[in-house]
This record gives sequence, C-alpha cells and structure tokens, in this order.
Amino acid sequence: MSTTTLTQGTHATGSAGPRTTPVGRMATLARAELTLLGRNRSSLVMVLVMPIVLTFSSWSAARGMDLDKMGLSIGTMVIPTSVAYVLIFGIYTTLVATYVARREELVLKRLRTGEPGDLEILAGTSVAALATALVQCLVLIVAGALVLGVKMPSNLLFVVVGIVFGIALAALLATATAAFTKSVESSQLTVAPVMLVSMFGSGLIFPLEVLPDTAARICELLPLSPVVELMRGGWSGSLTWSGGLGAMAIAAAWIVLSAYTVKKRFRWEPRR
Amino acid sequence: MTTHAELVIDVEGLRRTYAGGFEAVRSVSFSVGRGELFALLGTNGAGKTSTLELLEGLAEPSGGRVRVLGHHPYTERAKVRPRVGVMLQEGGFPAQLTVLETARMWAGCTSGARPVEEALELVGLSKRLAVRVKQLSGGERRRLDLAMAVLGRPEVLFLDEPTTGLDAEGRHATWELVRELRDQGTTVLLTTHYLEEAEELADRLAIMHEGRIAAEGRVDEVVAAHPSRISFELPEGYHMGDLPPLGQLGVTEHQLTGKTVQLSTPQLQRSATGLLVWAEAAGVQLRGLDVRSASLEEAFLHIARDARTTTDTTKREEVAAR
Repeated sequence: MSTTTLTQGTHATGSAGPRTTPVGRMATLARAELTLLGRNRSSLVMVLVMPIVLTFSSWSAARGMDLDKMGLSIGTMVIPTSVAYVLIFGIYTTLVATYVARREELVLKRLRTGEPGDLEILAGTSVAALATALVQCLVLIVAGALVLGVKMPSNLLFVVVGIVFGIALAALLATATAAFTKSVESSQLTVAPVMLVSMFGSGLIFPLEVLPDTAARICELLPLSPVVELMRGGWSGSLTWSGGLGAMAIAAAWIVLSAYTVKKRFRWEPRR
Repeated sequence: MTTHAELVIDVEGLRRTYAGGFEAVRSVSFSVGRGELFALLGTNGAGKTSTLELLEGLAEPSGGRVRVLGHHPYTERAKVRPRVGVMLQEGGFPAQLTVLETARMWAGCTSGARPVEEALELVGLSKRLAVRVKQLSGGERRRLDLAMAVLGRPEVLFLDEPTTGLDAEGRHATWELVRELRDQGTTVLLTTHYLEEAEELADRLAIMHEGRIAAEGRVDEVVAAHPSRISFELPEGYHMGDLPPLGQLGVTEHQLTGKTVQLSTPQLQRSATGLLVWAEAAGVQLRGLDVRSASLEEAFLHIARDARTTTDTTKREEVAAR
C-alpha cells in the first residue's frame, strides 16, 4: 500500500469537494445496475426474449378468437398484452431478483451507510430495468402497430396513463414482493402468484369479456387488469371516461397498497 | 480523552433490543473526541457491531442518546452521512462489478470523493482494477471496503473488524493507513477482536461484554486496573501455610487449584522476588513457575470471566427475588 498520496494536500478531512445530488446518485446507481443487467444472462433472457416470444404466441392465439364481437382487433388485443409481458418480465420478475440479490450481497445495507436516501436507493436500483422496459414498450408498440396495421389510439391519454401506471405498479409490486423473498432462488417462487394471476386474470391471454360476468368483475380488480384495460380500451375506443377513471382508481389503489407494504415490510439486510 | 473540546461521538445509556426481545446493547456510554482513535473490543456477540450500527445510523436505538458530529445519525441522516466513512463487517458490493466499477459507483454517491484511482492505490488495489469483486480474495475485498470508506475523506471513520481475513502484511498496511488518517485529524472508531490491534492503534478502548462496557480507558489504564499473575506448583509435602506471608509480598489474591497456586499482585517484581528468595532459602524447586505481567489479554480474559460471574450472581439474585 502506498501512503504517499494521502499526505499530498489532503490534510483537511471532509474537504469541500463536489457535493452529490439525489439525481447524480441515482444516475450512478442506475449505471452500475445497467452494467450488472448486461452481465446477468438469465435476467437478459427474461427481459429481452420472454416478452417477444409470448407476444408471438398471443398473436397466434388471437387470430383464432372472435375479436370483432368484443370491439377488438388483433392489434388492440396483442399490443397491450405485449406491453403487459414487458411489465411482468422486464420489470416485475427482474426487479424482484435484483432487489433480493443486492440485499443478500449487503449492497443495500452498505448503500444505506452512505449518502443516498432509502427512496433513492430503491429508485436508483430500478432505473436500468425501467428504462429498458420503456424502450421495449415503445419498440413493441410501434412495430406492432406497423405490422398489425392498427389505427392511432382513440384515447391516447388512457393508453399513456395505462403504461405509466403499469410501470409504476410493476416496480412497486416488485419491491413489495422482494420484502417477502428470502433469496434469489426463492424469488422464482414468490413472483409466481402475481405473474400467473396477471397472465390469466388480467386479460393477457384472453380478453376479460369472454368470462362470465361475476368472474370478469373480480378479475377487473387484479393489479394489472386496469393497466391492460386502459391500454386496450383506450386504443380501441371501447373504454368510456367513467370506465377509464374507474380503472385508474383501481390501479392507484394497488400502487398505494404496494407502497405501504414496502414502507412497512421492506428489509434492507438479510435475515440471519 | 473525554476532556477534548469537541466530542465527535457521544453515546449515553444506549440500548438496542431486537424484535425477538434480545437485548444486544444494554446501556452503553462513551465518547470520542476529535482526532481520537477509539477501539471497541469484545468477544463474539458482545454487542460491538450492534453498537456500531446505531452510530452508523442503520437503526434507531431502543433507548439512550446517540450523537455523531452533534447530530442524531438515524433521524438526521442527511447531515451526518457526507462527513462519515463506514466499513461494514462484511461485503456490500455487487459481485459482478469490477473493482474500478465498484469504486466509481461508490464515488458517485460520495461528496468530495478523492479520485478513485488514488483511493484504490491507498489500499494497494491498483493492479486489480479490472477484476470482478467475486474473484477478489477475502483480504482484497476487505481492502476495497476500506478504500470506499476513506473515499470521501471523512471526518469520522467507522471500521467494523477492518483486518479480519487479512494476512500479516495487509494488517500492518491497514494499521499504517488508519494511523496516518488519525494523525491528519480523522476520528476513528473501530471494533476488533484482535487485542494486538487495539494495543497497536487505540488511544482509548472499551471492552464490551454481553452488551455492556466492562472496562474503558487508555490501554495502560485498563491494563493497570488488572493485576499481574504468578503461578507454580506447590512443592511436594508443602502446604499453603508454608509459603511466606503473602500479604507482605504484595499479593492481593491467592488461589489453590489442585496443586497449582495462583497469586494475583499489582506489584509483580516485589511479589516474585519475595517468592523466589523464599524458595532459594528453603531449597525447593517451584515447578511450572509462570510469572506473567499484566497485559491487555490478561485484562480481557479477567473481564470476560468476572463479568460471567457477575451475571451468574445477578441471575441467582433474580431467582431468589421471585
């Protein structure tokens, strides 16, 4: 070890150097996470390949459905489903594993001894996945619209709000799920409920309209249902303002519930 | 010294009870002045890390008062953090980042950070910049952790067992660096279970046992508060009464276990001379003669033993009181 550099003009401890800012700190964490995401092969497959593969499978399934009866087209059926797959695999499952891995490596604990606040740590750690997901959503929407030849959304606001709520909700659900997950391996189990319930109950594989009324009413309350409804109904024009506001209220309720769970239950270090 | 004008760390009646009800820290009080190096010593589970985490602001104390640089480290986190450096007992870096990437990540979260290359040079990691954290040896990881703790030129440095897992050379290099930082005015609080480390570095130290501070002071003070020892085997055919009057030799305590006699004395030379002169005159050989001057190790073992007896007594009293 060399100690010469220590004595060269570094006498004043706590000397005035550039102060960090919340945005700067989060950008630093985001950059590190992006590097880590690039090095994690299984996460990369989840993030990049899964949504595309599942989009193709839902496309071929949609071609066998009588969508006209429900006021839908292949495009308005498949594109929101595709975005929801990005939310599930690009954000939700990826972030659960990321938070748990950082907690087990004691990275979260170490960060908390430093300048970033708790929210900054959680947000900064999620930026890489969220940004990747946003880019994917845009690519899938544009490519889907071109390939499937859909018109512009009739209510763009609903579509945008649906995507924004969806991203926020997927990230918060991931943080809440991480609170109940002991290890990276067990995260494969703990993500299953939200993942499966969303795939089958939120209109991803088949539109909720095909369900009996009571079942459809219940499924509308699931976390990703309002997100899919806002995107799909906003695009096709079948969603009324009162229906749209109702969906926003359900999504907001899930966001608040997830945030509350995170505040109460999130663990910053492993249980030993 | 507690007489320092500025108390950088000030702790009074500090308590920490875990969710399960376990009391890890039971009313701990001490203070550290600016530029002082204070060591918390103790056996495993004595409450060193639990205490340190309260000072680092990782948890809120269950009771008592804690101040670092005049602020509450938990509730006034933002005021304290830019001025302190922390090294946890283990880990804290993503396994798949390289040394340089880790340092950059940490620098981006540290106000007034030194150039990362300089910080890594300080701990001798300059040649390992492109190596992933996962592939570092335990000692190298410890050094990376130290480099990140000193990255922001902190006023206060918290080091939790900084040399565990280091080889002798790395340990000495770390001591050198810590001493140098202290000489430049950095206040250092470190925990260790290496007595040698505390003796080597600490201006003052506290020995913790079962959540309490059992002894505190400068090394020489703590050592002086505990007696030296002489032990030997009682010669064949001799009884304790045949020994010269122990009180006159300065012996304060004696004990006979089987054939082994153990004497405690604050005046080692006087007691040993008296004993040896007697043995020479009586023509007896003192087998297994062991003359041991007081040391931190002796003090430490004594405290651990004493504290155990005290707790036993307390427990018995509690039982009796029921």
